[in-house]
Amino acid sequence: MAWRAAAALATVVILAACASRETIGLDPVPKTFPREQVAKGAELAHLGNCLSCHTAEGGKPYAGGTPLKTPFGTIYGTNITPDAETGIGAWPLAAFSRAMREGVDREGRHLYPVFPYDHFTKLTDDDVAALYAFIMTREPVRQENRRNSVPIPRPLVGFWKSRYLEQVRYQPDPARSAEWNRGAYLVEGLAHCGACHTPRNSLGAERKDQAFAGGEVEGWHAPALNSASPSPLPWTVEALRAYLRHGIADRHAISAGPMVDVTHGLSEVSDEALRAIAVYTVSLDKRSDDERRRAGEAALARARASVAVKGNAVYDGACADCHNRGRAQEGGALELPLGTALTIPTPRNLAYIIRDGIVPREGDRGGWMPGYAGALTDEQMTDLLTYLRALGGQPAWRDVASEVRRIAKEQR
Amino acid sequence: MKRRAFLQSGGALIVAFALPAWAQKLPGALDRYPQLDAWLRVGADGRITVFTGKAELGQGIKTAILQVASEQLAVDMKSIDLVTADTAQTPNEGYTAGSNSMKDSATAVLNAAAQARELLIAEAAKRFAVAAETLTAQGGEVRTADGRRVSYGALVDGKTLSVKAAPQSKLSRTRNVMGKSVPRVDIPAKVTGGAAYVHDLRLPDMLHARVVRPPSYGARLKSVDTEPESKMPGVTVVRDGSFLAVVAGREWVAVQAMRELRAKAVWDEPRKLPQDIYATLAKLRTEDIVIAEAQPAFGGKVFEAAYTRPYQLHGAIGPACAVARYENGALTIWSHAQGMYPLRGAVAELVGLPVERVRCIHMEGAGCYGHNGADDVAGDAALIARALPGKPVRVQWMREDEHAWEPYGPAMITRMRAGLDGSGNVSGWDYGVWSNTHSTRPGRAGDLVAGLHVEKAFPPSPPRPLPLPDGGGDRNAIPYYKFPAARVTNHFIPEMPLRVSALRGLGAYMNVFSIESFMDELAAAAKADPVEFRLRQLDDPRARDVIRLAAERFGWAAYRKENGRGRGFAFARYKNHAGYCAVAMEVQVERELGELRVLRVVAAIDSGEAVNPDGIKNQIEGGIIQSISWTTFESATWNDTRITSRDWSGYPILRFSHVPQSLEVHVIDRPGEPFLGTGEAAQGPAGGALANALAHATGVRIRDLPFNRARLKRTFAA
Amino acid sequence: MTKLDVNGRVHEVDADPATPLLYVLRENLGLNAAKFGCGLGQCGACVVMADGEAVYSCLTPISVLEKRKIRTLEGLGSAEKPGPLQRAFIEEQAAQCGYCIPGVMMRAQALLERNPNASEADIRAALQPHLCRCGTHMRIIRAVARAGQYMRGKS
Repeated sequence: MAWRAAAALATVVILAACASRETIGLDPVPKTFPREQVAKGAELAHLGNCLSCHTAEGGKPYAGGTPLKTPFGTIYGTNITPDAETGIGAWPLAAFSRAMREGVDREGRHLYPVFPYDHFTKLTDDDVAALYAFIMTREPVRQENRRNSVPIPRPLVGFWKSRYLEQVRYQPDPARSAEWNRGAYLVEGLAHCGACHTPRNSLGAERKDQAFAGGEVEGWHAPALNSASPSPLPWTVEALRAYLRHGIADRHAISAGPMVDVTHGLSEVSDEALRAIAVYTVSLDKRSDDERRRAGEAALARARASVAVKGNAVYDGACADCHNRGRAQEGGALELPLGTALTIPTPRNLAYIIRDGIVPREGDRGGWMPGYAGALTDEQMTDLLTYLRALGGQPAWRDVASEVRRIAKEQR
Repeated sequence: MKRRAFLQSGGALIVAFALPAWAQKLPGALDRYPQLDAWLRVGADGRITVFTGKAELGQGIKTAILQVASEQLAVDMKSIDLVTADTAQTPNEGYTAGSNSMKDSATAVLNAAAQARELLIAEAAKRFAVAAETLTAQGGEVRTADGRRVSYGALVDGKTLSVKAAPQSKLSRTRNVMGKSVPRVDIPAKVTGGAAYVHDLRLPDMLHARVVRPPSYGARLKSVDTEPESKMPGVTVVRDGSFLAVVAGREWVAVQAMRELRAKAVWDEPRKLPQDIYATLAKLRTEDIVIAEAQPAFGGKVFEAAYTRPYQLHGAIGPACAVARYENGALTIWSHAQGMYPLRGAVAELVGLPVERVRCIHMEGAGCYGHNGADDVAGDAALIARALPGKPVRVQWMREDEHAWEPYGPAMITRMRAGLDGSGNVSGWDYGVWSNTHSTRPGRAGDLVAGLHVEKAFPPSPPRPLPLPDGGGDRNAIPYYKFPAARVTNHFIPEMPLRVSALRGLGAYMNVFSIESFMDELAAAAKADPVEFRLRQLDDPRARDVIRLAAERFGWAAYRKENGRGRGFAFARYKNHAGYCAVAMEVQVERELGELRVLRVVAAIDSGEAVNPDGIKNQIEGGIIQSISWTTFESATWNDTRITSRDWSGYPILRFSHVPQSLEVHVIDRPGEPFLGTGEAAQGPAGGALANALAHATGVRIRDLPFNRARLKRTFAA
Repeated sequence: MTKLDVNGRVHEVDADPATPLLYVLRENLGLNAAKFGCGLGQCGACVVMADGEAVYSCLTPISVLEKRKIRTLEGLGSAEKPGPLQRAFIEEQAAQCGYCIPGVMMRAQALLERNPNASEADIRAALQPHLCRCGTHMRIIRAVARAGQYMRGKS
């Protein structure tokens, strides 16, 4: 019984430590903002990809309702349009700023950290104000927020914050270039790249000791961006910039899965911001130039060799027709040994891509990989994944078959 | 089609049938082919065969012609065989284009069938020795009042119908088949896997070929090692200059061999494609043709606008296909091109045969919507078949062949100026349209892609503006409204940066989009309701009828605007002398996302007497949805050398998620009135209505097509 | 030799196992319905069913289809004896040129076999991979909904 009493006591202590905060709401809310400030906020909103979590499929922009699946349950993106009753129309800047940096809503309740305030806390006052100006000038939408199905009482979030939320603005590194610092500010802050690309602990917090070592999101693996980067051809600033801008980089990848929304957002931001992000991100890979060069050469050699190889019935029939043609050829697709999906620790991304393809948004131009849903049996899929893994020059994935069966059961 | 051009392409037959100038004009295409038995024959077994020089393109023309013949001959549709465009059997009706098939061919069959019926009755009257007025024709028989009967088959001999048509026909007033929504005769095969297309034609010993197309316009084949492919069993490589093709017994083998060859081929490519296409078009030399001469006086306020339309594709879902067989010095081609006789002339020149040695037979293809790759692939098949005498050769284009090589609907610019008088009506109108030609149809061997690539290349026909009243770039450029003074100039641009030709509606889509957009801009300036503004400047009661009907069924008067939504209206009479169409539309716009969706469409159509009302609805529905796709999504892309929109990933079109929630078409039937045609009536009004609805929803007028996500985002961010 | 079960009949097919099913259906088996549209999985004209699922026959090699039950439009009925889906398409006159229709119908058949109560929204979503250039979409949606009624009535 003792442990129970202790737990109860601990809970009380935690709850006391994590009590809610006061309501903000007496300041008047401005109606108009300078044009330049709104424009700046628009760019920042794209960098932060606010749209993605706050817009439901087919729903009104920023009106919320998006289901976000977390290990703790489904949380729905909230209405952040300036509707006074159902959105944040009654929020003064102070409340908005507190939510962004401290994870507390206007009424003083803790926000679940699926809203990445652990990143946004780094934002400058100017940027928070610009985002506020942008959000408050959107079309107000009357739409009630959906109830979350997370069995965690909000006060516990306070406890979480006390351990994992470090409220500090970005501190520039004077030893680095202005561009690198700009990139670091964006990547670590608003763009919250680590939210997906850094692994999380059992309480859902990013493991700072393993920053950018690769994470999980919505069933997809977000590849490592640090020295453990699985990209067969190491990323260069130019390749990464192109990828973030267009969602496709020659000899690398087409963005897929949850990254698609990110590249859609980034397709609208300035080149200066994209370059800065690319500069900082590429710098996370600490391998020597020599190591990177060798890795790249090995990958290219594998790619060259792969186009002549036949030997797997599924690959020869379903994949080789495009992937062995060479990208430069009409209808040619990426030589697969260059694909990151082959070199990450799990076959899941590759399985999703083979099943569902990569298809641009309706009306957009873009790279197109057709989906093979229904065409391959689980056994054939397993066989193909195993074959491709070897084609990527990697040791076999463990238990591909059961992963394939699990994915087959998921609702498409 | 103009008479002069017709004579050029037609050859000797037409001259023989040409009527003296004093003769009264016969109805429809009877005027060119006045012999009744050019249009229909009755066999001794009573089976009736109807001939039309027009082709089924999925528009339902077969069914409509059968309905017309069936009604006038008082026989069941099932007892009629229909032969469509075939140079060995049917009249030369030029191209199946311009929404002219009902006006030309169905009108000819209507009158020929009515006259044939009267001849059969007259013959029976002789046999029964009774007055013709006492006889009735029904069910393939002529019946006397007292119940005696004689079948049509027993009444005819070779000469009965071998007579010239009379100027006047006694048209049957019954409406047992005409005016009914008879199910289309071609649909059952299409939904059950019957052989419905030239793509499905399988001849004994048929070979499959693929063409290794150059990577860009004007590219020349420098070298290619064809050795390995030539050694593959059953594979033949055909090369003539820059024309390179590979033939195999198996289609997949041909496809793979084509890819191998393509990977090895070395080309000389000119880098000359212009980047800013509208600036380029505006600078190119024009031939200015004033098509409406009134000198407008601009009293009061003057308004100006300019609109642009990009190159747009026909984008057939099935890439072009043809089968050709060269045997005993004669060539037979099965093709889904729109004009078998014109194709015959071009192919004969290409392969160096007299036209009499070439037969072109139409078979259906995927919907073409104008001049796409169908003629070109027939040229390819002819060249390849000539190299392999005795073997039928089937050629199908790959997706990238179609996307990169089909002739596009031309990019266009329109500029206009108008004044409003004190009562808010248009006081003067000055309109100019800048465009390439809208027809590079064959014609000549040089109008086929293969003709440009063979060693001894053929020159393409010189581009020319198509004359009014149908027009080309200037089709529908003259407003149908009763403006006091309108000046309209067709700035014809001979030089063609990209390959272009006829796309459904030709210039009408762009001109109607422009005029109807500008009309709304003017209505807004005049503080007038857009529908009322149009009505008060239109005299033609049939125009007013379609506008009123569409507005009423849409609920125009009671419409309440909601945030993010808007309504738009547009009207045109196609070619200013064909079908009347009005379209009302409601859209929803998500400014933040650059998302434009059509929610609801109501259209009214008057194409004269409605032979098949459901067929008309099908055409108008399709025209509207296709126009929504053009207007919302479509534009070709290229770099300085190559076309880059080479498949659907580079040339997105509408998918099911952008199909309106509802789409109603109301047909105004005008029994006894001439057939006006339907296929191209809706595209212009649909584009205009969409533009106007977008402007109403957002308060922002967008004058450049298409209204895709990128443009909307750019516009609303500004 | 590859063994293929097409519309309930097993065929021994003499073709390279890497050959896409489309070419084998059309050439070796003489079937017309599945059409070449793009060869890229972008338009849906080639779609047939394998074990009840819609697949792109232009991309799927026969090597992976042994022991699978392949169905094409020919397997749903004939012009003389149209099946429920075919009847619905004829009754709604849901075709213009008709080239895209066989692929659309096979996708619809797979949908309705999985869910004969498919709503209009379900139908639209399911048909998203298909292009129709003639603009016959409204009729296609109606025809699939009507076929759903027929199938529900039967089952």
